[in-house]
Order: sequence, then C-alpha cells, then structure tokens
Amino acid sequence: MSNTAQLDQWQKITTVDEIPVLGSRVIQAPAGQIAIFRNSEDEVFAVLDKCPHKGGPLSQGIVHGKSVTCPLHSWNIDLSTGCAVAPDEGCAKSFAVKIESGVVWLSREELQATHG
Amino acid sequence: MKKQKLVMIGNGMAGIRTIEELLKLDPELYDITIFGAEPHPNYNRILLSPVLAGEQTLEQIVLNDLDWYKSNGIHLHLGKTITKIDRKERTVTADDGTVEKYDRLLLATGSLPFILPVPGNDLPGVIAYRDIKDTNEMIDVATRYKNAVVIGGGLLGLEAANGLALRGMSVTVIHLADWLMERQLDKTAADLLQKSLEEKGLKFLLKTSTEAISPNAAGDRVGSIRFKGGLEIPADLVVMAAGIKPNTALAESAGLHCSRGIVVTDTLQTFDPRVYAVGECASHRGTAYGLVSPLFEQAKVCANHLAEHGIGRYEGSVTSTKLKVTGVDLFSAGNFMGGEGTEEITLADPIGGVYKKLVLKDDRLIGACMFGDTADSTWYFKLMRDAQSVAEIRDTLMFGESNIGDVGHQGHNKAAGMTDADEICGCNGVTKGTIVKAIREQGLFTLDEVKKCTKASSSCGSCTGLVEQVLMNVLGTDYSATPRKKSICGCSDLSHDEIRQAIRSGHLISQEQVRTELNWRTPNGCATCRPALNYYLISTWPHEAKDDPQSRFINERAHANIQKDGTYSVIPRMFGGLTTPGELRRIADVAEKYKVPTVKVTGGQRIDLLGIKKDDLPAVWKELDMPSGHAYGKSIRTVKTCVGDEHCRFGTQSSMKMGVELERMLFGMYAPHKVKLAVSGCPRNCAEAGIKDVGIIGVESGWELYIGGNGGIKTEVAEFLCKVKTDEEVREYSGAFLQLYREEAWYLDRTVHYLARVGMEYIKQKIVEDSESRKALYERLLFDLKDAPDPWKDFERAGVDIRQFKTIPIVEVGNV
Repeated sequence: MSNTAQLDQWQKITTVDEIPVLGSRVIQAPAGQIAIFRNSEDEVFAVLDKCPHKGGPLSQGIVHGKSVTCPLHSWNIDLSTGCAVAPDEGCAKSFAVKIESGVVWLSREELQATHG
Repeated sequence: MKKQKLVMIGNGMAGIRTIEELLKLDPELYDITIFGAEPHPNYNRILLSPVLAGEQTLEQIVLNDLDWYKSNGIHLHLGKTITKIDRKERTVTADDGTVEKYDRLLLATGSLPFILPVPGNDLPGVIAYRDIKDTNEMIDVATRYKNAVVIGGGLLGLEAANGLALRGMSVTVIHLADWLMERQLDKTAADLLQKSLEEKGLKFLLKTSTEAISPNAAGDRVGSIRFKGGLEIPADLVVMAAGIKPNTALAESAGLHCSRGIVVTDTLQTFDPRVYAVGECASHRGTAYGLVSPLFEQAKVCANHLAEHGIGRYEGSVTSTKLKVTGVDLFSAGNFMGGEGTEEITLADPIGGVYKKLVLKDDRLIGACMFGDTADSTWYFKLMRDAQSVAEIRDTLMFGESNIGDVGHQGHNKAAGMTDADEICGCNGVTKGTIVKAIREQGLFTLDEVKKCTKASSSCGSCTGLVEQVLMNVLGTDYSATPRKKSICGCSDLSHDEIRQAIRSGHLISQEQVRTELNWRTPNGCATCRPALNYYLISTWPHEAKDDPQSRFINERAHANIQKDGTYSVIPRMFGGLTTPGELRRIADVAEKYKVPTVKVTGGQRIDLLGIKKDDLPAVWKELDMPSGHAYGKSIRTVKTCVGDEHCRFGTQSSMKMGVELERMLFGMYAPHKVKLAVSGCPRNCAEAGIKDVGIIGVESGWELYIGGNGGIKTEVAEFLCKVKTDEEVREYSGAFLQLYREEAWYLDRTVHYLARVGMEYIKQKIVEDSESRKALYERLLFDLKDAPDPWKDFERAGVDIRQFKTIPIVEVGNV
C-alpha cells in the first residue's frame, strides 16, 4: 500500500466544535446512521446509532463519562466499545475515530456499506 | 507504585460484599488476600434452610465461585483459620503456618452459635446450625437416625426442625420462653404458628430448659437428652439453635476493643484505624446486626473508605423482621407488642389460620404482627418506615392496600397467589418465575438489584409492591427493604431532599458546583441524576441557574416526543382545548407536506402528528405557527375544559375561559413531572377534573379546587382542597399549590406522590390557611414563568441547539 492510499483511508466528517459537549451528531453513511459523541473531556466516539436492545437511536441519549444512556429503555452503552454495560448484554458496532487539529475523521472502509 | 495489601479474615457474605463494592470503586488499589475457615467459596448462608429442606442444592447457593476470585486477582486461602494478628508487624498467621502481611486488615469473622453449657454438649451428634458442614451433617443423620431434638424455638431452630421433619425425622423443639419466637411474635400469632407446625408433625416442649445430654448405649454418640424436672427423651441428633454471638476471640486476642462485638466507628474502623470490621462480628453504636440489609449497608461504607474516597458514613439501620418458616407466612415489624399510649387493631380467624395485629400510636403505624396472610406486609412496613399518618385510612387499614385500584396487573395484588407464568411487570413482560429464578441464581437481595437484572419494576414502577412481595417470599428474613433514605442514584449517597436543601442553602447554581460541593462519584453524573439536578437548579434559582439542555431527556432537548422507531411526535398547543379553522388548516397542510403517517386526537384535547423525522422538526414548527404543546416534557401539559356556561344548558361557570387563562398563565412551566389540569363548568364534571393534578369544578357560587388526582398507572381521585369565589382566586390557589409542588417534590414525583408524602393538612395550611404563604408562592411562580420562551420559536432563549436537527450526510465514500 502506498503512502497516499494510507492518507486516503480516512474520511473528513466534521469538526469537534460542531458536536455539542456531552452531546452527539448523526452521520448518514452508506454503512447506516452513525452517532458521533463528544464527552466532557472532548473525547470523540463513533457508534452505530442503534441500541443492541431494541434499536433505539443512541445519538439521542444522555452522555455521561464514557457512556450514553439509550433514550428508549435506559440501557447504558460504553462508547469506547459500543457494548452494553452489565447486566445488559449486546454490542452496537463501534467505529474508529481520528482527531487531527480539531477535525474528526472516520475510516473510509468502515463507512462503506457492508454487503452480504 | 506498589499496591497496598488488603487482607480479609472471613469469607462470608458481608466481607465479600465489601470486596465487591471496593472492586467497583477501585479495582487496582489493593492486592487482596482472603482467608476462609470453611473449605467453600462465598455462599448464601440464608439459603441453607431450603438446602436442608431439599428445595435447593449446595451448588445453587454459591454466590461467588472460585473463578470469581481468580478473575479478580484475589489470593484465596480456603480451609485456613487465622489464629494470630500481629498489629505491630502488621501480619496475620493461619493455623497451617501461613503468614501474610497487610497494610489494611478487614475482619469479617461473622458469628458463632451459642452452645449451651450442659454436660454432653461435645458428644458426636450435637451440632449447631450455621454452615454447610452442619447442614450436610443434618442431611446425613436424617438418612440413618430417627429422633432429632432442636434446642431453640426461634426462626433458625424452627427452620432446622422443619427441614429435619421433611427429611423424615421425628423432631422435638425445646424452647425456654412461654411461646415460640417470642422476640418476633406475640402469643396469639405464636400459638397459631405452633398449631400449624404441630399439624406438620413437629412436637414442642415450651418453658423447658435442658439439663444434660447423654451418650447412647454404645457410647459413640448422643443418645438422649434430659430436662429440668426430670423428663428424658431419646435423641440421635441435637441441634443447638439457641442464638448466636459475634465471633470476637481473634480480635480480642489482638487487643482490639470489643464489647458484644468488635467495636467500630461510623466508618467501620476498629480501635486500630488500619483494621476494619464488618458484618455480624461488628458492633456499631452498641448494635451487632444479623440481617443482610444492614450488613450490606456497612459493606458499602467500608468499601468507600478502603477505596480512600472517605465520604460514606454508616449511621445504623432500622430493621424489621420478615420471616418465612417454610410453608407458613409470618411477618412482624416494629413495636408489635404495643404498650402504653398505643392502640391495637386486630383481626383473628383461628379456624382459617389468619391473624393480624396492627399497633398504632398518634395516628401512626408503629408495629405489626401477622400470621397466615402477609400479602400487605410490605405496605405496612412502608407506612411504618415513612411514619406516615394513617388517620384518614384507619377504617380500611386492616384490609390492606388491595382495596385501592391498581390497573394493569389483572387485579393481582398478592404475589404469593400467582403462578410462575403470571406476569408481574406488564411494561417489560417479566413473569414471577423469571424474578424468582433471578433472585435464587444471581443472589439478589434488594429491589434495585431485581430491577437491574430483570428489568421488572424499572419502567412505570406500579409493580414495585409485587416485586417486593416476591423478594420477601423467596428470601424470608433476609429480604432487604429499600432503605428509608434513598439516594438519588449511584453517583451520590445523598437523598433528593438533602440535595434540594444543599442547592438552596449553598446558593448553588450549576451542576458542576453541586457535584463538587456534594462529592459526586462521577465526573458528570448519569442519566438519572442529571435531569433531576437540572430541574432542582432551575426551579430553585429561576432566571439565575442556567438550564443545561444536555442534562435533559431527549424529549425536552428536541422539544418533541421520541417514538420507538426514532421518529418524533409533534403536538401543538391548543389553549383549553380550543382551536380555529386556520390552525386546523395549517395542521392539515403540514401533515400532507411531511407525509405524517398518523394524525391522532389526544386525551388532552389536542392533535398529535406522529412519525416526524427529527431533521424536519424546525420546519414543521415554523409552518404550524402554533405554540409548543410541551406534550413531551416534565412540564405543564394541558388544561382540559368542558364547554361551560357559554353554550351548555347545565353550565354554571365559564370553564373554557378559566381553562384558557390557566393554561396561558402556566405556559412553559417545568415541574418534577408532567402536570395536567382540568376545568369543568358544573358538577357533572365532563372535563374529568377528578383525576387531574389540579381539578377545578364550577358550582353556582364559585369554584371547587381538587388536587393530587391521577388517571395513570394507579387511578387516584383528586382530593378536595378548598372552595373559592373568583377567577383570580382560582389562579392564585392553583398556582400556589403548583409552586409548592415544584419547590418541594422530588424529581419524577407526580402531585399524588407529593401529596401522600406531606399530607393534605400540610398543604391546606400552606395554601388555604396562611394567605401570606399562598401569595408568596404564587408570586414566585409568576416570577419564574415571566417571559417563558416558546422552544419552538425562540431557540436562542429556550436553549435549543439546532445542530441536532442537521444530520451530516456522507453521500459518497471514496474508494479504499
């Protein structure tokens, strides 16, 4: 793989400033709706916007620490893994995030629709 | 940095709970070593009775298997008894010579059975009933011998006797007092208990004390037992169940101060601050507890200190005794014997085997003792714990909570009568069987744990009483009632009241301030405390504390109601349920333009547009050009009205006008929960004012005001507050009551819950009798609601972050 190809594997999404603190934005990507979260430490996480419980939009939940609470039935999802906090079980797909000078990038490969 | 070493002596429930709490707080702080004298991992001692009775196996009652110790990196020494603590060198020594150094030491040595000092008490076949070894021996003896004698007619003794009888032995219970379980039951209930156990084949010798135990003919084990007065009966097994005492020998030998238990402070530290003690071995403010719930409270505080958070204090527990001798329902709590200044209400049906006694003092329930039918015991316990006045329900108190309607559970109000397949939690579809299984297999003790693991009672909460009954039925004595002081959530130990007071007295105006001042455990709270804190701040310091939209549930952030598929519903406001052709036309246009799949008339006399995409919300609001209906918020919802005297031939007052005025006055009012009003123009009450938070009914001479009604989970009829003459008085009295509720209720309490907590007398005093208090409340409400912004129109002032309505599109992803 050449150097250019490596640079090209990230897609620019938005800036960190455009995501509310302790809030989220939603991305409509070929892979589906992806929620990007920003916590109080300005860490950014990207998770498929579908709770493993009943598909609730995680982007609409309350963000605290490194977790979000699903608005439908209050499952807590660990944003760094996309997985439900015990005793609940299940995971939403999580996406790799790169932050560079305040710009949020996601992996092109992961943004692609998955076939099959 | 090298980890500190924590050594725990004892491997039982209280100790392990402390370790579990500690691992939750800080899993990396200590290198943990545990010594257990028994060769088993931590098991549920409470369930030894079902094991003896053959209902459960030993494997089923293990709480923490060996893998748990391993995966948490705990060094476990089983079958080793610590014989020496050297506090100077900070080491402990076990009977096999193992020496372990400690930085902190935790004593959880539990209790020892009290062995009667009579000749022959050391013969083979004379045992206590404390652990797996005793239980196994009893099970084994029952297969080979016939006659068992149990000394002690308390709960433990009766459970042992019952279990041995079920295993085929002929059992005699010896008891010193005049009746069984004299510390938990009055004589009437105890006599009924004795009768029902006698029917099961148990024999009893009351007012009897033991003189000597003698060997059998072969001299290899116990053979008979003799009592004062000369009576002697055959005994192949003698079980001593005459009480327990804290196991303090080791602590005493190490020079730690003991007095009926190892004396500990409010932080569970002993005389030596490096040494902690929890559980049955500890004596806190003169009390050594034996029930699970206080021990778990101790565990929490102790863990907090071990984790160096240093903010918890254990201040003692209020306990009740809830008992379950297999197959017989018993309950006792508080001062069930009565006495001077008390009154008693009793119900006795000796033939049917039912007895209930309630003890009252100063209109409050202070004790209860029940036999045969204990379905309402959780309710009685709650009344006692909350010290709630029962003056108004005295007439029906004896008949229990069940004569109050409770929609949604097929009329079920007694968990004991339900089958495993019956649904207890209608919201989450949880059956009784699922809950019982979770309690047994996952070792649950509290309502909160059941909520977490099964989801039962975690939504609307109307089945909480049923779940508590199931817990009690499964666990018997060791059911841990929800503590009276309930903390707001896992982020803090403080109660709603304490937090409200701190915000007021400390003039706190931001969540950061609250969390710092009150030592929150989490950096930015959780989904439970954040909305509550936000409400407390803005309701206590209106126009001063800043509203934080990110601490509101999504509905109050997006100003629409989220649906199961992630779309939203939009309900524009129609003051008093009145609309115009122009509004209806715009609603129709919006519904067509945005392809709204469902248009519905609501119960609050307005129109709901369901299935709107979030990104369309701002445009929908703009095109509707109507005020927000706040149908999504913990806020004023609607003022429902009937037609009233403008058109109706029966009308006595202008209910529509009154309703519109009230709804305009209350526009934008946030509250602890949703608030609904209704105004009817005559006593026919077509607006259904009897089930509203504030219901107003017009009569010829003025208006009647009712408060605390609720048409939801539990239908509650509103109570009469007062009668007033003018429209202005209606606004003032209703407004003052709502402000009182806004200032004093706990977040997510409806007016009915608030009313039940403080009582009607209190509210009448503040609103009806004290006109200055009423006027001040009313003024504070109007001040708070001054210039309330419409969140559908004034995004800036209402703090609506419009970025949320803009999905970021990624049309094409470049090739990888």
